[in-house]
Amino acid sequence: MKVEAKILLGLGLFFGLMFAVYWRWSIEDAGGVMMFAGMLLCLLPGSYYYWWSRRMKARPEDNPYATQTQGAGVVGAFPGSSIWPFTMAFGAFFVVLALVFGVWFLVPGLFLMVWAMFGGTAEGRRGGKV
Amino acid sequence: MPSFGASPGATSSSRSVFHLWQWFSIGAVIVGGITLLLIIWAVLRYRRKGDNIPKQSQYHVPLETIYTIIPIIIVFALFAGTLVVENKETANPRTNVTIDVLAFQWGWKFTYPGSNALVYGQTTQDPVMEFPVNTNVHINLRSSDVIHGFYVHAFNFSRYALPGVLNQFTIRAQSTGTYFGQCTQLCGLYHSLMWFRVKVVSQSQYHAWLQTFNNPTAEAAAKAAATATKQQLSTLVPSKQTSSHGDN
Amino acid sequence: MTDLLEAPAPAPIPAPVPAHEEEHHGPTGILKWMTSTDHKVIGLSYTVTSVIMLVIGGIFAEIIRVQLSTPNGSLVSLAQYNELFTMHGSVMIYLFAGPFAFGALANIVVPLQIGAPDMAFPRLNAMSYWLYLFGSITMLSGFFTAGGAANFGWVAYAPLSNSINTPGAGADLWIGGLLLTGFSAIFTGVNLCATVFYLRAPGMTMFRMPIFTWNLMVTAILILLAFPVLTAGLVMLYCDRHFGTHIFSVAGGGVPVLWQHIFWFWGHPEVYILALPFFGMVTEIIAVFSRKPVFGYKGMVFATLSIAALSLGVWAHHMFTTGVVLLPFFSIMSLLIAVPTGIKMFNWIGTMWRGEIWFSTAMLMAIGFLITFLVGGLTGIYLASPPLDFFTHDTYFVVAHFHSIVMALVLGGMAGLYYWGPKITGYLLNETIGKIQFWFLFIGTQVFTIPLYILGLEGMPRRVAMYAHDPQWKLLNDVSTLGAILIGVSTVLFVVNIVVSWKKYPAGDNPWDAHTLEWFTTSPPPHHNFYRLPQIRSERPTWDYNHPGHQAAPHGHHPAPDAVPADEVPVP
Repeated sequence: MKVEAKILLGLGLFFGLMFAVYWRWSIEDAGGVMMFAGMLLCLLPGSYYYWWSRRMKARPEDNPYATQTQGAGVVGAFPGSSIWPFTMAFGAFFVVLALVFGVWFLVPGLFLMVWAMFGGTAEGRRGGKV
Repeated sequence: MPSFGASPGATSSSRSVFHLWQWFSIGAVIVGGITLLLIIWAVLRYRRKGDNIPKQSQYHVPLETIYTIIPIIIVFALFAGTLVVENKETANPRTNVTIDVLAFQWGWKFTYPGSNALVYGQTTQDPVMEFPVNTNVHINLRSSDVIHGFYVHAFNFSRYALPGVLNQFTIRAQSTGTYFGQCTQLCGLYHSLMWFRVKVVSQSQYHAWLQTFNNPTAEAAAKAAATATKQQLSTLVPSKQTSSHGDN
Repeated sequence: MTDLLEAPAPAPIPAPVPAHEEEHHGPTGILKWMTSTDHKVIGLSYTVTSVIMLVIGGIFAEIIRVQLSTPNGSLVSLAQYNELFTMHGSVMIYLFAGPFAFGALANIVVPLQIGAPDMAFPRLNAMSYWLYLFGSITMLSGFFTAGGAANFGWVAYAPLSNSINTPGAGADLWIGGLLLTGFSAIFTGVNLCATVFYLRAPGMTMFRMPIFTWNLMVTAILILLAFPVLTAGLVMLYCDRHFGTHIFSVAGGGVPVLWQHIFWFWGHPEVYILALPFFGMVTEIIAVFSRKPVFGYKGMVFATLSIAALSLGVWAHHMFTTGVVLLPFFSIMSLLIAVPTGIKMFNWIGTMWRGEIWFSTAMLMAIGFLITFLVGGLTGIYLASPPLDFFTHDTYFVVAHFHSIVMALVLGGMAGLYYWGPKITGYLLNETIGKIQFWFLFIGTQVFTIPLYILGLEGMPRRVAMYAHDPQWKLLNDVSTLGAILIGVSTVLFVVNIVVSWKKYPAGDNPWDAHTLEWFTTSPPPHHNFYRLPQIRSERPTWDYNHPGHQAAPHGHHPAPDAVPADEVPVP
């Protein structure tokens, strides 16, 4: 976890440095704002990972001498198949068409997306652990 | 030095750009040549001949340091050359002639503040911008609708004409002649045909040319042209944002 | 085809991994494809879809080249020409290169390379693919509307892209399609980051990940930094077009250049989002076919990270000629990117140096990548210098530069398909046809791009449908068109190769004697990928398992202490 944290923190600090230099000399604000936001986007998860990395034991994947047996157990939930991603994206497709061809496309679009949201959540509760 | 495909052009800054181009190209040819030879050598020399497993060497810190440091040195040398030419190109010296250039869909309008001269042309009508040789010419570049690109190949230079922004630069032509110019930034349907010409003439020819706009017929013609552009001009908003140098 | 170099060593059977095969009683037929959340199926869908997009974009390119083969080209009208180059750029960048880079091979290979059973969020992964597919359909359907497809260039510069200059549904469909594919990219970025951070196999520390996975992780971080900016920009553009806002229009107090800032703040990181995955593919392929570890592995990782870091501060080198940006800052940042890129180039050469290079099709494509990328990279350095950019901006020099780069990426992508294709399908492609394809593609690329450099220096602007005032440019344009046709032939050969070698040459688990974990499992891998995993003690676990006693070593040193054979592992 330490390496992941350091990568994000390092990128964030570099963007912060660039932001400071750019803000000082530039004549427009948009780039500076975007760089500052980029810095936050790296520092936020980076400091979270760093905070955790100091409080947890090294995971097997962080231990250079780990054996495969140390990784035994449930890794996570991996559903075998699901229709909801397709439903959600199909709904999003209609929502985008509403931008072009008229508001009425929102009706099937939002219906499909909400349906997929509930369906996917319910399916997620049932699991499919590996 | 070889030209590497570029040409010195007709202005003082186009010559500086050309020399910078040559220095960059020499660097590129040397670095690229060495790298290409290394690739070809590695490919030809180390092709597989049997089922051997070569030595599994992975790091060579001194070598890696060398090919990190040398590019950094090259980069800063290129940057230094860039700064010299850039400052020359974006400098704002005293000027004797000012030309207002207005780009619109799909043509150009050149006006000369302090005189009646006005040149206007759409697409392939090729409006001709005329100015004297060996004189600093100040260009005020604007656009009345979308973004256009003011590009004269012989000047080795281009600049966007932006709506709402006044872009200024100085040209000093060093040889007389007629040069072709064209819009380079996609501006809609007739972008391919948004042409103009730049005619660099002697000082006396330039003044004679300006005089032709002072007789009544020429004035009428100019007025007619101005009316034609009125539609375009009405959408032009007074510039809020100005810039004369790249590094302001 | 015959010299399969696999040398299985009688090593102890490794410990089983937790990801056991599950019995699935899922749906069948087309529903099976639609509901699949397996990263290999999704990756394959991505691959097929993006290669179809490559063909569509390539057809547009061929029409463009034929139009330009005469000074007064009359194959298509001016309006159609604008649509064609807009959609050529959009299809190639948004619908082919990006999804192929971080959706197709990344999806298949990254979980396999780190020993994971799947991506971290399989259903999100499936949704990424469907969003991408629907986004592609949306964008391309512009051709079937009354006003035609989008015609403002793939960069959609305001105010040309507003509702006055570009009315019509084509432009809106372009924005909508891009919104969908943009979200697809963001979700893929989240997924890749989470997969790499949380699903690595025991012993697979960050500095043991294969370079391909490293590059994809950095790509994912860049996606998360860049794509939200594009999505926000597109929403603003849509609001300007339809809701009467004036964000990019002078008339209402907006700033047109703001669109360029937003677009290129996404657009330049996007260049590296496209390039880094292909760098990773080439790195893997060169190392495997040279039978050596990646030379300067850590340098390679830091070079990738510094490219990512610098890429956020270079966007305005696309805007030098606007006259309203801070020139020296963007100039030095852009020039500095040449340094890590150079490190990568020398590391690739160092990997081949004193190796045993096997000229398979994949390796030939990778070498073609090196040479083409060298040309494109060096000409890119010119464009970081504002005076030289003023000189070449919006001419064919720029077009030639980035086509050298993207054609290098196509070569790298082909290398990836020939290299990893057998893993995902279980069958090899025909090497003879592959090598003919390589020569068509490689020679075609050079014949296509080099005349464009010269045309640019002679002043031919980009995005013009005719060049009536300079008919002497016809010869160079004709040569370039010939190159484009050769590239087209190479693509046809690729399709022919797939048809000819359909299920003909079984690949086996490890046809290339490769280094990384994906070659430890079967071809194609089972559901959830691995029945067993070797001990991971370096970034080449499969090689270490197959060739005990040939671990990587620093120059003039013995194997590093943590690279000792698997059965001598000290347990802390």
